Amino acid sequence: MPAEEFHEWLRREGRIVVVGASLAGLRAAETLRARGFAGSLTMIGDEPYPPYDRPPLSKAVLLGQAAPDRTDLPRRRAIDATWRLGVAATGLDLAGKRVRLADGEEVPYDRLLIATGVRARPWPKEEEAQLDGVFVLRTRDDAVRLHRRLKAAPRRVFVIGAGFTGSEIASACRQQGIAVTVAERADAPLVGALGGVVGAVAADLHRDNGVDLRTGVTVTGLEGDSVGRVRAAHLSDGSVVETDVVVVALGAVRNTDWLAGSGLGAGPRGVACDAGCRAFDFRGIVTDDVFVAGDVARSPHPLFGYQFLSLEHWGNAVAQAEVAAHNMISASSDRRPHMWVPAFWSSQFGVNIKSIGVPSMGTEIMITQGSLAERRFVGVYGHQGRVIAAVSFDNTRWLEFYQRLIESGSPFPVEFPTVDRRPEGRRPVPADFPDPSLPTHGPTVTLSGYSPADRRLVFTPSRPSPAPSAPHRPTDPRNPS
Amino acid sequence: MTDASLLRRITDFSSRADPYPLYEELRRTPVLHEEEGGPYAVSSYYDIVALLHDPRISSDARNLAVPGEDELSGAEGTGLPPSFIRLDPPEHDRLRRIANSSFGPPHRPHRIDGLRGELGAIVGELIDDLADGLAGGGEGDVVDQFAYPFPVTVICRLLGVPREAEPRFRTWVDPIVAALDPETRNDPGAPAQRAAQEARMQLGMYLAGLVEERTREPRDDMLSDLVAGHGPDGSMSMMEVLSTAVLLLIAGHETTVNLITNGTLTLLRHPEHLRRLREDPGLSVRIVEELLRYEPPVQLVPSRTCVTDIEVRGVTIPKGSRIWLMLAAGNRDPERFKDPDRFDPDRQDIEHLGFGSGVHICFGAPLARLEAQIALTELARRLDGPRLLQDPPPYRQSPVLRGPRHLNIGVDGVHPRPAH
Amino acid sequence: MRLVVDLNRCQGYAQCAFLAPEVFTMHGEESLVYAPWADDEHREKVARAVAACPVQAITADGLDDLDDTPERPAQPGRGA
Repeated sequence: MPAEEFHEWLRREGRIVVVGASLAGLRAAETLRARGFAGSLTMIGDEPYPPYDRPPLSKAVLLGQAAPDRTDLPRRRAIDATWRLGVAATGLDLAGKRVRLADGEEVPYDRLLIATGVRARPWPKEEEAQLDGVFVLRTRDDAVRLHRRLKAAPRRVFVIGAGFTGSEIASACRQQGIAVTVAERADAPLVGALGGVVGAVAADLHRDNGVDLRTGVTVTGLEGDSVGRVRAAHLSDGSVVETDVVVVALGAVRNTDWLAGSGLGAGPRGVACDAGCRAFDFRGIVTDDVFVAGDVARSPHPLFGYQFLSLEHWGNAVAQAEVAAHNMISASSDRRPHMWVPAFWSSQFGVNIKSIGVPSMGTEIMITQGSLAERRFVGVYGHQGRVIAAVSFDNTRWLEFYQRLIESGSPFPVEFPTVDRRPEGRRPVPADFPDPSLPTHGPTVTLSGYSPADRRLVFTPSRPSPAPSAPHRPTDPRNPS
Repeated sequence: MTDASLLRRITDFSSRADPYPLYEELRRTPVLHEEEGGPYAVSSYYDIVALLHDPRISSDARNLAVPGEDELSGAEGTGLPPSFIRLDPPEHDRLRRIANSSFGPPHRPHRIDGLRGELGAIVGELIDDLADGLAGGGEGDVVDQFAYPFPVTVICRLLGVPREAEPRFRTWVDPIVAALDPETRNDPGAPAQRAAQEARMQLGMYLAGLVEERTREPRDDMLSDLVAGHGPDGSMSMMEVLSTAVLLLIAGHETTVNLITNGTLTLLRHPEHLRRLREDPGLSVRIVEELLRYEPPVQLVPSRTCVTDIEVRGVTIPKGSRIWLMLAAGNRDPERFKDPDRFDPDRQDIEHLGFGSGVHICFGAPLARLEAQIALTELARRLDGPRLLQDPPPYRQSPVLRGPRHLNIGVDGVHPRPAH
Repeated sequence: MRLVVDLNRCQGYAQCAFLAPEVFTMHGEESLVYAPWADDEHREKVARAVAACPVQAITADGLDDLDDTPERPAQPGRGA
């Protein structure tokens, strides 16, 4: 039938299945209904809970200001869906248009949205990860367990990884007077996301708030006692830290395992899709009935050289879900591109940290407002003579100005004067990002894959975790690990 | 009249009752620069928002190519340093943080919320007084008997200024507010400017006496907190305390009086919403937000400049120029708001410019909101059959802090204060 | 009631923390920490906070009816 007629039929009585019942899945479902989708809607989620919000789990919840099981997302509208919660999707039949569930059932679809997100990267040594007192923090259940343990007045909490999540956990512990050691492979916290210049400020923040921060070290092992409780962590510098709670904050793994062998372009770096959120199959051909949104998606962005971006960003999940939902029920001429400018926030040690753009692409940074020493500043990142990103510490009200600089490809260094420009902000300095081929903890933007203009197509076997961010190297879609 | 420049027509007193058609005309030239040395008026919503968040824009008069004398903060010669609304970061941020530590979260999160009961009581008494005059078919002036004394009483109590001193500081506040008129501000020698400087100094000296008392004997008020400086930023100098106190005292009531009066006037012109408010006090929240869009008490910000040449909609604004941000025009920008000239409290999409935005966003906004919500709710609840006796009412002089000078009403009756 | 704050939009104006301090608290100057669940006794205060947010970043059950809201421009740059 003609496209117009087909979409009319789809909106009226089509079957849409959303795999992933978290932020992106929920907002997509709401958008579908808001745009007049009247067909059947099935929401599939591996957790047994209705959609809940995750950022509070490492903030208000750990601070005791909110209950871990009370972060359900408010609803913008009724979505009248069939909920399949607590049942993971285990496979996808692209040709037959069916999603297989863990309980054996198969759910047919006319349009599929993949919004399965990420999970916490576990401690790689399985036996140690099983020790009582070793936690990750990603899900509600994780938060319930960790919260309970923190309330029981541990002698010391040991955090592995000083990315945003690790830093927020350390902050929450310190605020409650709990002793904390943080171990980070890089020379400072947040280095993977914001570079060494800003990382140095973050390191001061940790130390001034009483965190025992160990940088440039890795954790070589976790030691348990005779009854299987964790009692110490061993570091690569030979030191041993006695602890009764370990939180593994080593970033995230994309939930694409269930798509193995499906024929979709899915792998450890996510599910590749076009700017309209349509998934690519493994041949690099775009599908017309499978869409992707949220943390699991990776899509090309015109502002960043059409590199494929994977964004573990709350705002991206919402924005991409809305675009995907719109495009799922629209004819091609009405579809929209997802052009959200990456934006991120973190709250730690009473400081509001925000970034816009892709800081990790920056080679240099310029402090255009405020001062690093006062921990109130705006830093601008430059890449090939353009403004590519900005970060603020307690200076968020200026950031939208810098977003416009990013969007308009404004020249870098920033030559014009600004209010609150200090001597330190007169010229750029190296942003000091680690070598992108080395693994880092928790960059929130991962540049992965190739630009459409790049004709190479090199077979690259996926690596064992932790997966590094590797620009300009395509993932092999046939070999998702 | 039609020969006069558009900005002069806007600031001219004859336009005060309804400047909105002129704002509409203004928006046709989103960056209007009419004469050499004159201001660049920016009137479209998105441009105003952008400039409020633009670090090339300065609030510090010292960055003007041709500095004029200054009104709320004063320049050299007055003895008082500029208050934080006329400063840029980092000085602005430091002073505002210290002031905030005596006013709101994170240090005093319950100060404003804790005032709710007291605000209700003050409003109740004022309406009782108003009722006495209205009894038996009389008239009442919403401004003099209600919308003015209410925020004055509140800000006096918050700061720790004796309410009885109002007639005294009134004589200093009036010339300071009069000098806000953009027509006079470019001329440092103008009598209005000189009078304002003098008044500001007098008011500062009066407050200095109170500050001295609070230094010896602290109380639970903002003056005491300002002197003590408990926050992480330490304390202000004595002169900084005085210029901050002058600012808070004036801004704490001169704007709110307009919000409440504009609100009363608007509700009397839209009786269906007045009726709804009477039945549903919760509606006051949305009514006040819509009022801040529809009839904002601060119509324009005439005190910005730029520290470098900037380009707005293809127009280059040279470094050091005067920039007027026309908040009230932006609030009715059809590019941003659907049906912008309609008063519609049910509007969901309401990111108005009534309090400005960015680092200089109105310091007292949460207090102003509560005051207006409570004031309008109680008027709606207690006045039976209120009607305007003069429409449009007479206006105050200022095109910046715009609102009626008097708002005379009659009623069929006044309901007694509900017993609690 | 369930609520969520879009902390990308949030610029730390703290209006919510003034108006509903039981639900919204500031940690430091501009970092907002909120309880994603508010008891019904705070409903009226949360409504005030939702309406007062200068960047309209708060969504709460039954208080932020977005159905008739036009598409929001991308954040935080709201401008052209």
